[in-house]
Amino acid sequence: MANMNMIQALNSAMDIMLGKDPSVVLMGEDIGYFGGVFRTTEGLQRKYGEHRVLDTPIAEGGIVAAAIGMSVNGLRPVAEIQFADYIYPGFDQIVSELARIRYRSAGEFFAPVTIRTPCGGGIRGGQTHSQSPEGIFTHVSGLKVVMPSNPYDAKGLLITSIEDDDPVVFFEPKRLYNGPFDGDPNKPAVPWSTHPKGQVPEGHYTVPLGKAEIVRGGADVTVITYGTMVFVALAAAAALGLDAEIIDLRSLVPLDVDTMCTSVRKTGRCVVAHEATRFSGFGAEILSVVQEECFWDLEAPIQRVAGWDTPYPHAFEWEYFPGQARVATALKAVTEAQ
Amino acid sequence: MKSRSRLHVPRAPARPGEAPDFSYVHLSPAGAVSRPDINARARDIGFLSTELVRVLDEGGMALGPWHPHLDSADLQIGLRHMMLTRIFDDRMQRTQRAGKISFYIRSLGEEAVSVAQCMALRPGDMLFPSYRNQGLQIARGIPLVDLMNQTLSNTRDMCKGRQLPVMYHSKAGNIFSISGNLATQFPQAVGWAMAAAIKGEDHLAASWIGEGSSAEADFHHALLFASVYQAPAILNVVNNQWAISTFQGYAGGEQRSFAARGPGYGIAGIRVDGNDFLAVYAVTQWAAERARTGAGPTLIELVTYRAAAHSTSDDPARYRAKDDQEHWPLGDPIDRLKQHLIALGEWSEERHQALAAELDALVVASWKEAVSFGTMSEGPRLNADLMFDDVFKEMPQSLERQRALMRAERG
Repeated sequence: MANMNMIQALNSAMDIMLGKDPSVVLMGEDIGYFGGVFRTTEGLQRKYGEHRVLDTPIAEGGIVAAAIGMSVNGLRPVAEIQFADYIYPGFDQIVSELARIRYRSAGEFFAPVTIRTPCGGGIRGGQTHSQSPEGIFTHVSGLKVVMPSNPYDAKGLLITSIEDDDPVVFFEPKRLYNGPFDGDPNKPAVPWSTHPKGQVPEGHYTVPLGKAEIVRGGADVTVITYGTMVFVALAAAAALGLDAEIIDLRSLVPLDVDTMCTSVRKTGRCVVAHEATRFSGFGAEILSVVQEECFWDLEAPIQRVAGWDTPYPHAFEWEYFPGQARVATALKAVTEAQ
Repeated sequence: MKSRSRLHVPRAPARPGEAPDFSYVHLSPAGAVSRPDINARARDIGFLSTELVRVLDEGGMALGPWHPHLDSADLQIGLRHMMLTRIFDDRMQRTQRAGKISFYIRSLGEEAVSVAQCMALRPGDMLFPSYRNQGLQIARGIPLVDLMNQTLSNTRDMCKGRQLPVMYHSKAGNIFSISGNLATQFPQAVGWAMAAAIKGEDHLAASWIGEGSSAEADFHHALLFASVYQAPAILNVVNNQWAISTFQGYAGGEQRSFAARGPGYGIAGIRVDGNDFLAVYAVTQWAAERARTGAGPTLIELVTYRAAAHSTSDDPARYRAKDDQEHWPLGDPIDRLKQHLIALGEWSEERHQALAAELDALVVASWKEAVSFGTMSEGPRLNADLMFDDVFKEMPQSLERQRALMRAERG
C-alpha cells in the first residue's frame, strides 16, 4: 500500500498496464514528453518510449479515430482528451464509430479503446473547463461510462476499463484529483493522504464496472450519487445529523440497479445528486429506475440535486456548484415529507 | 471604380438542359508524367498532384514510365473482376427495383479504382472502404453470395441484419466494416497504419472516400495524423465529380486538385486517371512501396466519373446534364482495358462476350443461392433476438430484460 492522490493512482494504473501488456498505448495532447497538463502520465513516455506514449496533434476527432484504427489492429489505446469540454470534436467518432463497431460488424471487429477525460468544476475553469458531459455518453448504446470518486477506485476502475474489450469513456472529476473535496471552497484543502481511499495497492488490482459502493450505510435516506458529489453528500448529511445511506455508483453504464434499489426499498427515501446540469441529466435516468422499481416503498417524492441549467459561469462558480446547501435542501424535503 | 469583396458561389459546369462541359478537368497525355523514385520527398514531387498520370492512350496502347508491365493473365483477372463488379451491380440494381432489397449503390464507371488498387496491394494490407468500393470485395475474393446475403439482411447476413445494404465487412479478407457516416474510415485507417508501424509490421492501410466527403474534418484529421507520424497509409480520394447533386466545386475542387491537399500536409499527392486500369495499378504500387519502405503516406486522387445515380434513391436527371457521361473525357474503364488487351492480341470480342455470359450466369446462380437463405419478405428470417447481441461483448442485464420484453411483445 502507498499513499496516492488520484493523479498518482491513475498514473500507477497506466504504468502497470503499459508494463503488463505490450498492446497498451497512451495517446493525447501534451501527455508524452510533458506528462499531461494534470501530470497524470508523468514519466511514462520516458519509461516506455515514444512509440507507447504518443503526443498527438490538437485534434480530438483525429485522436479518437486513430485510437479506433489502432484498436482494430490489435492495440489497446488509452486516449486522453485533455478536458471533457474538448471531447465534442471527437463526438461523431465516439458515437457513430467507437460505440458501434462490434455491433455493426456482428462481433468480427471490436474497439477496446479507453477514453480518459478530466471533468467537472470547482477549479475556476469557467464554462470551457468545468463541464460534466457524462450523461450524453450514457445515452449511446455500446459505450461504458465510468466516474471514480477516489484514488483507490480510480486505479482499479481504470485497469478494468483498459482490460475491457468494449469501449469505455472514463471521466475523472478533476476537483478530486488532490483530495476529497466536500463542496466548501473556503475550508483548507484536505489531501488524500488523510483519507483511507488514498491508500492504494502498488500492484495490479481491479474494481469491477457495474458495481456501486455503499460509501456509508444508513437508514434515514438513500443518496445516489457519483464523482465530485460523493463527499458533498456525505458532508451535507452529516451536518444535518441524518443517518443517510450514500451510494457511489462508480460506473453509470453498466448501472448497478440492485444496490440502488435495495437501499431505497430499505430507506423509502431517495435523493439523486450530480454536478452536471439537471435537465435530461443522468439523474433523470436514476430517478426513473428507482421510481419504476421502488414506487410502493417510497415515502416521499424523489429529489434531484444538480448544477443549474446554465453554462458553468466563471465568476459564479460556487453559486452554480451543487454544494452542501443544495443537497441539504433536498435531504430535508425528502426526510421531512410525511 | 471601387473594389468590393465578393462571394463566389460555385456553379456546376452543366445542369439539365445545358451542354456537358468538362473543360475544367486538366488532362495530361498518356505517358507524359514522369515517375519519381519511391523515396522522393513530398516537397520535391508537387507536380504529381496537378498533372494526371495516364498510361493507356486513345488507341489502347500503354505508354511511359508508369506502365506497370503486368502480364496479360493479370490484366485478364483485372478485366474479369471489373466486369463481375458491373454485372453484380446491374443485377442488384434490378433486384432493388423489383423490391427484393431496400437499397443499393452501384459503382458504374468507377470499377478500375477498387479493382486495380486492390490488385496492387497485398492480402495482409487492411482496406477501409467507402460504400462504392464493391470492387475491393470482389477482387479480394469475397463470394458474391456473401455480399448478396448482406444486401438481403437474410439468415446468412454477415451483419446479422444490422446494416443497410452494401455496408459489408470481412475480418478474414482484411476489409473493415463500412460506415454510413462519411469519411470516418479515413483517419481510422491512419490509426491502423500507425499501429502496424508501432508493431514493426510491414502491412499498410488503404482507405477510400469520395471527393465530396473530403470536406469532412475526418479527411483533414487523416492527412494530419498521416503526415505527423508518416504512417504507412494510402489515402484515396475518388473524385467522381458528383456528391449526390453537389458537384466537386463545393468540396473545394475548383481552386486546386484534391491531390494537392497532400503537399499542403507534407504528403505526396498524386493525381491519376481513375478509368485507366494500368495507371491506377501503377500509382498504387508506387504508393505501397513508399509506405512499406518508410517513405510515408500518399494521397491519391482518382479522377473518374459517377456514371450511375448516387444510389437507388437518387435521380441524377434532376441535377446534371442528360448526356454528361458520353462527354466524359476519360471514357469507360472496362472498355479501355478491353481495347488494350485486344491491341495486345490477348483478347477478342468473342472472348469478351463469352466471359460476360459466364459472369452473368455466376451472378444469377449466386442470387438464386442467396435468396434461398431468405429475403426481407420471404423465406427464413433472422431471429430478432440477435438485435441485442454485440452491443457489448457480454450482454448486460438491462439488455437481457429488454430482449425478454421484446419476446413478450411478439407473443
